[in-house]
Amino acid sequence: MFVMPVILAIVIASVQNSTFELVNENKIPVLLLNRDTHEPAKELEAALSEVGMFDIKKATGTPNEETLKDRINTKDALVAIVIPDNYSEDVLKKAKHITSEALKNIELPQDSIEQTPHEATPVQVYYHPVLQQSFRKSIDGMLRSSLQFIQTKYIVKDVYHAVNEEDIPLALENQIVTNQTPVAEVPVFKNNTRQIPNATQHNIPAWTIFAMFFIVISLGSSVVREKLNGSIIRLRTLPTHFGLAIISKQITYVAVTILQATVIFSIGIWLFPQMGLPALNLPSDIAALSLVTFICGWCAASFAICIGVFSNTQEQANGFGAVSVVLLAAIGGLLVPSFVMPPSFQLIMRLSPLHWCLEAYYGLFLEGGKLQDIVMNIIPLLAITLLLQIIAFYGLRHKRLI
Amino acid sequence: MSSAIHIENLSFGYKGNTQKVISRVNLQVEQGNRFGIFGPNGAGKTTLMNLMTGLLPYTDGSVQLLGHEVRKNKKLSNTLFGFVPQDFSFYHELSPVENMEFFGAWAGLGKKQIQQRTDDLLNIMSLQEVRNKPVNKFSGGMKRRVNLAIAVMHEPRILFLDEPTVGVDVQTRHAIIHYLKALNEKGTTLVYTSHQLKEAEDLCNKIALIDEGKIIANNTLSGLLKEHQQEGLEGLFLALTGREYRD
Repeated sequence: MFVMPVILAIVIASVQNSTFELVNENKIPVLLLNRDTHEPAKELEAALSEVGMFDIKKATGTPNEETLKDRINTKDALVAIVIPDNYSEDVLKKAKHITSEALKNIELPQDSIEQTPHEATPVQVYYHPVLQQSFRKSIDGMLRSSLQFIQTKYIVKDVYHAVNEEDIPLALENQIVTNQTPVAEVPVFKNNTRQIPNATQHNIPAWTIFAMFFIVISLGSSVVREKLNGSIIRLRTLPTHFGLAIISKQITYVAVTILQATVIFSIGIWLFPQMGLPALNLPSDIAALSLVTFICGWCAASFAICIGVFSNTQEQANGFGAVSVVLLAAIGGLLVPSFVMPPSFQLIMRLSPLHWCLEAYYGLFLEGGKLQDIVMNIIPLLAITLLLQIIAFYGLRHKRLI
Repeated sequence: MSSAIHIENLSFGYKGNTQKVISRVNLQVEQGNRFGIFGPNGAGKTTLMNLMTGLLPYTDGSVQLLGHEVRKNKKLSNTLFGFVPQDFSFYHELSPVENMEFFGAWAGLGKKQIQQRTDDLLNIMSLQEVRNKPVNKFSGGMKRRVNLAIAVMHEPRILFLDEPTVGVDVQTRHAIIHYLKALNEKGTTLVYTSHQLKEAEDLCNKIALIDEGKIIANNTLSGLLKEHQQEGLEGLFLALTGREYRD
């Protein structure tokens, strides 16, 4: 009940952290084969390096497409970019054509006229099939941005030269080409802490909930065991109420789930930084965190009791319990973020108690919210918990266990 | 002598089954009796015992334990009796001590009382040496003794025993019967069912035979044998219930 959830949290956080770092911090290794020796091609190389997303490895020796493909197949690099030998010529021709078109429109004299639009040779991008589409789209976007940058630069140069009959001053060229409107990324937090979300903040709450609900294995099978070994019969002949025994059992298991959460959060706070993983930042509203943890634990215990009451064998309780928790986690957004789920799943998702647990935790851990911000997540969670309690009660009555 | 158990016009049928499993049963067990209830398989012995212990709810008739209606005073009547089910009814992964502490606490005993009773009963049942070992490692005979010890933890005035010696060796059977007699001498009323008729002859001083949910004979063993001109309980049993299979 403690070791496996902790291992799960560590492993998943480590794996997810690698992905986060790959996207956010690390550079994607790219093989570059530049067949063109002229200035625009060199400038494109420089522009790609300056993007900051690529770790450019120049293909050395006498590389060709085949050797690049071999290197991709051996995963030496997952992407290769080939600049064709006539890239510079294409850039210059296109610049001339656009300049002449522009001058024609404003009726200025034209020296050399490039009348027909030039069909450029494409820049080839080879990629390994394992590379996800989102990565490919990012690379494609960055490459197009660099190509556009070079092309614009030469168009500006040409237009300026045609109008002023002299080269554009470097300072002006830079001002025109590079002076873009800046973009500022600002994560939105409810408490203005501005702590950047990381893999730990995402994973620890999710896998803590998963661990809590996995008590279905021990609690569900414990209820079945009591039914089978007759201890329920014994309790029913004692001056007590089996309902009281079930409540005692729930209190114990809710305490266990709270302890599980405490252990996993502690590991996130203190052990993760020692392992090179981002530390878990606890929400500022600890009372809300405690309340959500308690209700999640109670919901998990209620679910486990239900499984135990309606299962006839321990194997049934274990099998159904484990699979149902994985399913509820999947539809609840623990395995796949809820916002990417198809619309048909959005309704089903709301039936999963794990979804509401996760939303409440994310409201605290990621959005920096307080109790009032997550009330709308707590209410459905409580409703599901009470429904599970009622179902368990009727199951016990129906099976003459209370 | 006042009644330990008083049953009047008791009828019971399971849901969805129109046939009554127990039909207009009237029975009186005096305090201090060693009362045996016998009958073929499916005759209604276990159902009758479950009705007396409140495990099954009855709507027709009345069951009183020491003057208290079971249906109306469930909690009180549960303090009056102990129950030894045929199946082992305890936590197999726990030790005898842990089981006795757990069920003793649920029976309402205090900490000191539990400790005292646990020590006494483990001595009586010869389980002191294995007191802290998990019960799932025990032999069938040892488990039977644990099953019995838990039932008498709270010193009940009536003890219901559903085949308490099934599957045990001769030594354990003798020890259990000896203990039950000793318990009875101290005033505990015993209500016992079994298919071990020789054992029943030895233990019971009053007998009821039940068949198809009805009491077909109820008297002292000697009275019944004389009445039906039989020499032993087995002969009496066959004479009154027939020789056909019942299950």
